[in-house]
Amino acid sequence: MKYVDEFRDPEAARRLLADIADAAADQPHRKFMEVCGGHTHAIYRHGIEALLPDSIELIHGPGCPVCVIPMGRVDDAVAVACADGVTMCCFGDMMRVPGGESTLLEAKAGGADVRVVYSPLDALALAERNPDRQVVFLAVGFETTAPSTAVTLLQARERNVDNFSVFCNHVTIVPPLKAILDSPGLDLDGFLGPGHVSTVIGTHPYRFVPAQYGRPLVTAGFEPVDILQAVLMLLHQLAEGRCEVENQYRRVVSGAGNSRALELLREVFVVRPHFEWRGLGFIAQSALAIAPEFAPWDAELRYDVPGVRVADPKACQCGEVLKGALRPWECKVFGTACTPETPIGTCMVSSEGACAAYYNYGRYSSRSRIPVHAST
Amino acid sequence: MCVGIPARVVELESSGPHTAIVDVDGAQREVNTVMVDDEPLAVGEWVLLHVGFAMSKIDAAEAADTLAFMRELGSVYDEEIEAFTSDLP
Repeated sequence: MKYVDEFRDPEAARRLLADIADAAADQPHRKFMEVCGGHTHAIYRHGIEALLPDSIELIHGPGCPVCVIPMGRVDDAVAVACADGVTMCCFGDMMRVPGGESTLLEAKAGGADVRVVYSPLDALALAERNPDRQVVFLAVGFETTAPSTAVTLLQARERNVDNFSVFCNHVTIVPPLKAILDSPGLDLDGFLGPGHVSTVIGTHPYRFVPAQYGRPLVTAGFEPVDILQAVLMLLHQLAEGRCEVENQYRRVVSGAGNSRALELLREVFVVRPHFEWRGLGFIAQSALAIAPEFAPWDAELRYDVPGVRVADPKACQCGEVLKGALRPWECKVFGTACTPETPIGTCMVSSEGACAAYYNYGRYSSRSRIPVHAST
Repeated sequence: MCVGIPARVVELESSGPHTAIVDVDGAQREVNTVMVDDEPLAVGEWVLLHVGFAMSKIDAAEAADTLAFMRELGSVYDEEIEAFTSDLP
C-alpha cells in the first residue's frame, strides 16, 4: 500500500502530510527513530517513508524483542530444550531465531520436544496435564509481555506446579533507549515512543530523553495517521524550541501506565545487573531475572546451560541496523544470503523486524537503492 | 507479540476470578483479566489482548479502528489470529 487513498482515513492523512511538508520546509534534515517493531512494520506496510518529505528520515530502532535476543541465549534455550524429559514452549516467532549452533526448529526436527504456545498460561496448563514432563516456558518480550509471565509464575507457585519453569529473557525498553542516546556520533533529532509497551510503563519513564539528552519523544499509535501525527508533533516541538514527552496515543496510553502490571513486575522479577542485546552488546540493568522467591521455577537455576557468548556472524549487520546506523537494504547479506526463509540475523526473523518488514514491503519504498525483493 | 489485538468480552469469570471469554474475529478463548481489574469490566466491552492477557480497556471505536488496521497489516495479524485460535499443543 503506498497511496494515501488506500488509508482508511485518507483525508486526515492528506492534511497531516501537507502540514508535515509545511513544517519540514523550514527545518534542516530530521532523523526520527521509531523504537517499536510494530511501528516499523506499519511504516513499511503503508509505505509511509515514501510519503514523507525527503528531509525526514525514519530510523528503525531496537524495539523488537525477538530481534535483540543474542545467539548465546538461543543456544541456552536449545540446551534446555534438549535436556532429558523437557518440553520447551515458546512463541512462534522464536522458533527460527538462529543460535550459534541451531534454531529451536532444528532442535525440534532433531527430536527435542519444542512446542509453540499462544500464552505462558498455556505452557503452565501443559505442565499440569503432563506431570511426567518438565515444561519450560521460553519468556521473551518487553514490558508488554513480562507481566503475563509474572502472573503465570504466581499461579505456578500458588498451585505448586513443580514440573514447570521459566527461562527468562524479558527486557526493558528504557535502558536500550539510553544506550542509543549514549552512543558516540548519535545522529537523531527525536523519537517516536512505543505504543503498547507504554500502556504498561506509561509515558513518565521517557522524561529523561528530553531532560537529559535534549531530544523530544512522542508516544504514537500504530495507524498511519497516528504515525504521521506523531511526526508532525515532533516537528512542531523542534520548530518551537520545545523538547518534551508528548502522547499522541492518549486514547490507550496514560502517563502512569498500568499500576497492576507494574506491581506484578516488581513482585516477580529483579533487574539483572547487565544483559547482552544482539548487536548492542551488554547493557546495564536492561533485563529482568526471576526473583529469588520464585527460584524453584527459574529454568536458569534448574538446568545447566552453556551460558556462552556467541559472536554474531561476521556477515550479519543486525547490530548496525538496530542502532539505525544502517538501513536494512544496506546490509551486505540482505535479500541474498539472509531472507525470511533462511534468516542469518534476527531482524529478518520476526515480522516486526526492520529487515523482514522491508523485505516483504520494500518495493513500496521510493527510497530503496536495490532492486525489489518482494515476497508477499 | 508486541502489538495487542482488540477482543470483545463475551463472558466474565468464566472459570473463576480474573478470567473471561473473549471474542476475536469470531474466535473465542479464555483470557486472564487481572491487569484490567482496577475498574469494572462488562460483557460487550473491549480489551487489548497480549499473549492471553487483557492489558487495557479500549472503547469500541478504538477497537474497530485497530482491528481494521491490523487486518491491513497482513502477516502480523494472521500470526496473532493463528496463535489465538490454536489449541494447547
